[in-house]
Amino acid sequence: MSQGFTIPRFQLPGFIAHIGARLPQWPHALVLVTGLNAALKMKLLPEDSLSALDGKLFRIRVNDTGGEASFTYYGGLFRPVFRSDRTPDLAFAANLSAYLQLLARQEDPDTLFFNRELSIEGDTELGLVVKNMLDAIDWPKVPALLPFQRP
Amino acid sequence: MNALPDLVCPAGSLPALKAAVDNGADAVYLGFKNDTNARNFAGLNFDPKTMAEGIRYAHGKGCEVLLAINTFPQAGRVADWQRAVDGAADLGVDAIILADIGLLDYASRRHPNQRLHLSVQGSATSYEAINFAHREFGVRRAVLPRVLTLAQVEHVIKNTPVEIEVFGFGSLCVMNEGRCWLSSYACGESPNTVGACSPAKYVKWDKQPGAMETRLNGILIDRFGDAEPAGYPTLCKGRFEVQGEMYYALEEPTSLNVLAILPEIVKIGVRAIKVEGRQRSPAYVTQVTRTLRAALSALANDKERYHVKPNWQAELAKVSEGNQATLGAYNRPWR
Repeated sequence: MSQGFTIPRFQLPGFIAHIGARLPQWPHALVLVTGLNAALKMKLLPEDSLSALDGKLFRIRVNDTGGEASFTYYGGLFRPVFRSDRTPDLAFAANLSAYLQLLARQEDPDTLFFNRELSIEGDTELGLVVKNMLDAIDWPKVPALLPFQRP
Repeated sequence: MNALPDLVCPAGSLPALKAAVDNGADAVYLGFKNDTNARNFAGLNFDPKTMAEGIRYAHGKGCEVLLAINTFPQAGRVADWQRAVDGAADLGVDAIILADIGLLDYASRRHPNQRLHLSVQGSATSYEAINFAHREFGVRRAVLPRVLTLAQVEHVIKNTPVEIEVFGFGSLCVMNEGRCWLSSYACGESPNTVGACSPAKYVKWDKQPGAMETRLNGILIDRFGDAEPAGYPTLCKGRFEVQGEMYYALEEPTSLNVLAILPEIVKIGVRAIKVEGRQRSPAYVTQVTRTLRAALSALANDKERYHVKPNWQAELAKVSEGNQATLGAYNRPWR
C-alpha cells in the first residue's frame, strides 16, 4: 500500500461556510486560473480537449468553505469570471476534502460521484472532457505543481 | 496449483497505464481515441504519441500491452477499423482484442504473426464458439462474458486449447455483452455502433430539492435521494415502475468482485483476470490493481491459508458502483 500521506475524508464545521460565503470570492478564481494557465504553458493539456472548453463558463463550489470560483476559457487562456448572470455550462460542488483527494489522485471522481460526495451539473459531456483531461495529465513531471502527489 | 493468472488492468490514459504497471498489473489494455473501441468517451484513450509512450513504459517494466478494437465496423467505414488493426500491429502491441468476425479474419490474414484475443464483446460463451475462433482465426485467448457459472467456465476451459480470461472486478451491466441495444433504444447510439454506452451528451443530472434526477435523452431513468448512492446513467441501472412497483427492474447498480472465489478461479485454470474500468481515473486503477495483486500474491504464498482480508474488501467496496459487490453469475445455483 502507498507510503504517502493520505488525505482523510472530513467536513469543516458549518460556521466556516457561513463566514466563507461572505468573504470576497475573487481570490479563489484567480488562484485556480493561475494554476490552470501554468498547466497550459507547460503544454500538459491536450489541444483537442481544450477546444471543447472554448467560451464555456465553469463554476467550482466548495460546500464546506462557502468558497466559489467561476472561470472561462477563451483565446487560449483560462480567465476568471467575477460576476456572471449566466448559468454555468458546467458546475462542480463538493467538500474541500473531496477536491484535495481528487487533486492528489487519491480518489476517483466516479467513486466520489457514486458516493454523492461530488455533484456535477450542466453539460455532462463537457464534464467528461474536463475529468478526462485532468486524468490524462502526467503529473510526475511537475511535482512542484502538486504538493499532494503521492510517491 | 496452476500458474497464477495474469492480472489485466484498464488504462484510459497514460497516468492510468503507469498506475496499473506500477501497482502490479501483468498486462494493461487500452484503446485508440476513436470509435474502434467500446470506451470512446470524450478526452479518454490514447493518441499515437501517448500510446507509443505507454507501450514503451509498460514493456520497459515487463508488462504486456493489449489493444482493444472491440466495436463493430459500421457500414461504409470498414476501412477505419482495418486501419486501426494495422496501426496496432505496427505499434508492436502484445495482442489485439477483437470482437468482429470480419476484423478477426482481416487481422489473421494481414498480420498472421499478431496475437489475437477474442473480446468479451464477441459474446462467445461456449467452447464451440471459442474453438471456431481458434480454428479460423488463430485466436489465442478469449474473454468470457459475465454470464457463466464457475462450473461452466471450468467446462469451457477443459474443452478448448484457447486461454480463458474472466472478469475479476468492476461495474456490471446486464451482461448481454456485444448484443446489448438498450442504449440505442434510448439514444440511438450504443457501444457496438459508436463505442459508448449512454453517451454523455444524452445524460442530464438534475438537482432537485432533496433529490437528483438522472435523464437519458430526456427519459427519466432514476431519482436518488441525497443520501442514496448513485450509479452510471444507463437504462439497465434505472428504476422503473413495473406493475405498480418502483424498483431496479433490470439490474441494481453493483460491481463484480471475485476475491472470495479467487482460489477456485486459479484451480480451474483461468489464464487471466480482467479488471473493468478504462473510463475510471488513475486513482481507481491504483486501488484495484494493488488490491488484486495483494490477493494474488497471498494466494501464491500459501493457498491453504488464503482468506479475503477486510482491508482488501474495504478498498474495493469504496470504488464499487452502488457501493456493493457481487459474485455475479459465478456462484449462481441455476444455469
